[in-house]
Amino acid sequence: MNGSLIFSGLFLRALLAGGGLALACGLLGVFLVLRRDAMISHGLSHVAFAGVALGLALNLMPVIVAILVCLAGSLLILRLKEQARLPGDTAIALLSSGGLALAVFLMSIKKDFGAELMAYLFGDILAIAPSEVYLAVGLALLVTAGIFLNLSRLIFMTFDREAARVSGLSLSRLDRLLVMMTAVTIVLGLRIVGLLLVTGLTVIPAASALQLARNFRQTLFLSSLFSLLSILGGIVLAYVFNLPASAAIIFLALLIFSLSHLAKRWR
Amino acid sequence: MKESMKEIIRVEGVSFSYDGVPALLDINLSVHRGDFLAIIGPNGSGKTTLLKIMVGLLRPGQGRVWLFGQPLEDFKQWHKIGYIQQKATNFDPIFPISVAEVIAASLNSVSRPVKPGRRQVRNKIMEALQTVGLESEAGKPMNSLSGGQQQRVLIARALSTEPEILLLDEPTTGIDYPSQENFYDLLGKLNKQKQLTIVLVTHDYGIVNRHVNRVACLNQKLVYHGEHSEFCQSDRFRELLHGGHHLISHRH
Repeated sequence: MNGSLIFSGLFLRALLAGGGLALACGLLGVFLVLRRDAMISHGLSHVAFAGVALGLALNLMPVIVAILVCLAGSLLILRLKEQARLPGDTAIALLSSGGLALAVFLMSIKKDFGAELMAYLFGDILAIAPSEVYLAVGLALLVTAGIFLNLSRLIFMTFDREAARVSGLSLSRLDRLLVMMTAVTIVLGLRIVGLLLVTGLTVIPAASALQLARNFRQTLFLSSLFSLLSILGGIVLAYVFNLPASAAIIFLALLIFSLSHLAKRWR
Repeated sequence: MKESMKEIIRVEGVSFSYDGVPALLDINLSVHRGDFLAIIGPNGSGKTTLLKIMVGLLRPGQGRVWLFGQPLEDFKQWHKIGYIQQKATNFDPIFPISVAEVIAASLNSVSRPVKPGRRQVRNKIMEALQTVGLESEAGKPMNSLSGGQQQRVLIARALSTEPEILLLDEPTTGIDYPSQENFYDLLGKLNKQKQLTIVLVTHDYGIVNRHVNRVACLNQKLVYHGEHSEFCQSDRFRELLHGGHHLISHRH
């Protein structure tokens, strides 16, 4: 590999954005997996994809439009679960197919942005613009702060929802916070690994951590560490071997899961 | 009013139905400081529903509930209330949480007039674990403990916020008999020594009757509500003793 490439703006930008995303995914994923809400990332990624298509169709910044659409979609999923008394996965299926239908529809009426949209389908971290890096790092730090400021409440709610409610916690506020943080993280992930693989980013590191951790603090630490190793390692591998970064990231994450699982069995 | 007579919970004219099927009809009941009240009745008699209404998890179709003299809708001092739900130990077995973390999460979440500092939280956790005899298990994963020990941890969690009343719904379901006896002995001790008010939903009156001082017998309507000693002399208690299990049934 060309040494100067390592320090090229392109590469550093990818590492910076990837690092921010890794932290947010690693922490958030633990709660999503333990709440049996892992598929919410899948549903929201489709909604975010519609947001990107809308942004491109309207000639607005696609990431910003996607964040707004995805935030609205996340709140709609909660509303459907609560008010229409739908099971969580059904509400997610409604939203995800609706999102994808909207994206397909927009593509059909405005054919000239198809190629650009494809970058969000498979992700393209090495093409990330400086403004997107600031946005990604800023939002990832916001999500991380959101989790740490509400850590005890989120743990209490995830472990024992009924007791948490009787203790006076506003669970609807915490639910909203969690899905909105997921929505933001998914949009960032869409840029990096794409619609088709973003669910893996929020689920695999947390699942790996659960193989080894003995308490919650360890789980959060290991999940963040595995997420960082997967994303940063994947970016480096993609550079060195000229691979698609999204595939390299998910392969690494799966490799870490396999090793964690084996370590658990040998322990 | 004497401190011991202070009313902690008042349930007034409460009725509740699930999708039109009545579960509770016109329940009037009160719990005073120092009471150890057992709510008993057959399966489907509305015991759990009543307890959930008392702590605000369900909203009654009719009637009202007062907590510490305040209407439940306006009540904010939730740290005064400890609650342990039915099958609370049936939590996700993959959940990676230590005994100390279970208690810390609650202690740090509950809104209190003065938020405890980190050292205070640690002391309170150890104090609560000492009360239930599990101080040496603080660092262990919750899912490595026995059902009886897990139940004690949940009691410690409830005690850590220094509640004035503990409400428990069938807390020993799925726990072996000796552990159940130890558990109820602990509740009896907390009630007598720490003046902790206890409301316990149970279908197994036999194991708790030496600790309780008041009984509410429920079968959609309140069949009996009064002193344990009077209940022991009533026809309903004799029916229980002589195998008339229409009030109490076991389905395990």
